[in-house]
Amino acid sequence: MAKVLMKGNEAIGEAAVLAGCRYYFGYPITPQSELPAYLAKRLPEVDGVFVQAESEVAAINMVYGAGSAGARVMTSSSSPGISLKQEGISYIAGAEVPCLIVNVMRGGPGLGNIAPAQSDYWQSTRGGGHGDYRTIVLAPNSVQEMADMTITGFDLSDRFRNPVLLLSDGVLGQMMEPVNLPEPNDYDINSKKWALGYRGNDKNERNLCSSIFLDNDELEEHNWHLYQKYQVITDLFSKGEYKDFAVEEHLCDDAEIILVGYGIISRILKTVVEKCRKRGIKAGLIRPKVLWPFPTAVFERLAKTASQFLVVEMSCGQMVEDVKLSVDGKKPVFFFGRTGGTVPSDFEILNEVDKLVRPD
Amino acid sequence: MSSKVERIILAGFGGQGVLFLGKVIAETGMHAGKNVSWIPSYGPEMRGGTANCSVILSENEIASPMVTVPDTVIAMNRPSVTKFNQKIKAGGMLMYNSSLIERQEFRDDIRLVEIPANEIAEELGNPKVANLVMAGAYSKFSKLITFDDLVACLPSLVKGAKKEMLDINLAAFKKGFDYVEEKKYMFGRYVYSVFKGI
Repeated sequence: MAKVLMKGNEAIGEAAVLAGCRYYFGYPITPQSELPAYLAKRLPEVDGVFVQAESEVAAINMVYGAGSAGARVMTSSSSPGISLKQEGISYIAGAEVPCLIVNVMRGGPGLGNIAPAQSDYWQSTRGGGHGDYRTIVLAPNSVQEMADMTITGFDLSDRFRNPVLLLSDGVLGQMMEPVNLPEPNDYDINSKKWALGYRGNDKNERNLCSSIFLDNDELEEHNWHLYQKYQVITDLFSKGEYKDFAVEEHLCDDAEIILVGYGIISRILKTVVEKCRKRGIKAGLIRPKVLWPFPTAVFERLAKTASQFLVVEMSCGQMVEDVKLSVDGKKPVFFFGRTGGTVPSDFEILNEVDKLVRPD
Repeated sequence: MSSKVERIILAGFGGQGVLFLGKVIAETGMHAGKNVSWIPSYGPEMRGGTANCSVILSENEIASPMVTVPDTVIAMNRPSVTKFNQKIKAGGMLMYNSSLIERQEFRDDIRLVEIPANEIAEELGNPKVANLVMAGAYSKFSKLITFDDLVACLPSLVKGAKKEMLDINLAAFKKGFDYVEEKKYMFGRYVYSVFKGI
């Protein structure tokens, strides 16, 4: 298929349709509204269902229902709207229902503003709602990856019966880049044996999807089961089949200073690394593509060769904590952030690098 | 202007079609086999407010899609000149809509190109195509897209448009391109060399 020039938000919508998603429930909010707008037009063309719910809370619970019935389903919002969805996400994680949740981050806290930000890292990677649970968090950095990771996200959520969060920001949602769209996938709604809608049981057994376990022992057993599932996922991402998918390294082998960033920031950092190299500074880049499970192993390895790390985020410093945990005190980890909707320029980051490598 | 990459900021009033102008240049670049990116400014804005977008055309992979130091600014109104004039790279270009922006004390280290885009569009019978006049003019200077690329890409940009609309868009491209060509003849030094004020 020829390349198409698309907005990030629209690319997610088209990729969802190609992945077999036929159900979308959401409520409009800038800067992600192009996504529901796209699906409002597109889903009816493929006999799908688009519902603009009365609120984010309603939308996430519709997702819970459709996912329990075995459908590929998604919702999307931006930061304040994702906060509203947290109760539902906790129920979905507890009931082990697959779904895709898209967050196109904007500035917070509270109503904040509508400009791009990365200040929902903690909310995304620490569960977000109540209870002991995790969501798999994918962090694209281009419009192409918005499309690709939407499809991967559906596959991962089905495989692990776990909600997957696609964590993007206002720049990626709004920007246009050429995209190669993948081939459509014929998803079979009757393929999940645990789902309410499953029709293959000989004895006409009924399935139940629920997050309620009133008996203490039952809930403890369920929580340890979830914990073990998260361990399996962590292993698959740190040393198993998703190892290479989880992280991108750029010029790290001989790097003295390693820059760390995800999403749109990683694109800017790549330019900074190029400029550093031209000026004789041995800089490299680690870009986590998956934020939970965090790609700890790459930091453990490179902490042996690099002399320092500089984490850059559009927040006051959130992912930097995971980097510090991974580097484990072996090398200094510094932070540079801009917040409130300002995207840091390559020049100001370069200035920070200069201060670290040439302190005089 | 480097032959490998062109970073452009396009700015004007909401309604002047600067976001679409950026899309025309980006999509033309994509069809011409270049790497491209397009980022709009977005905010709690309204009709009559200002709008801008950043476009990159490149022969190589685009690392950062953000444009902090543009090679070219295409300004459709006066506030856009005020906002972006100082950001243009030394030796870069300011292409401005002289129908709405009078000649003034610009920087003397950039190339200035004035295009009376509104007048040209009105002569064509549709003031809305002023943005496409600028696209035609830009293709004269670009090393990554040509006038023919613009023409070839047009049908995919205005899908389902009536033939009259396609024709007037093509005419706007052509007028913008020709205007620059004629100016080169009439004011060669002025358009192509460093402008030292008036």
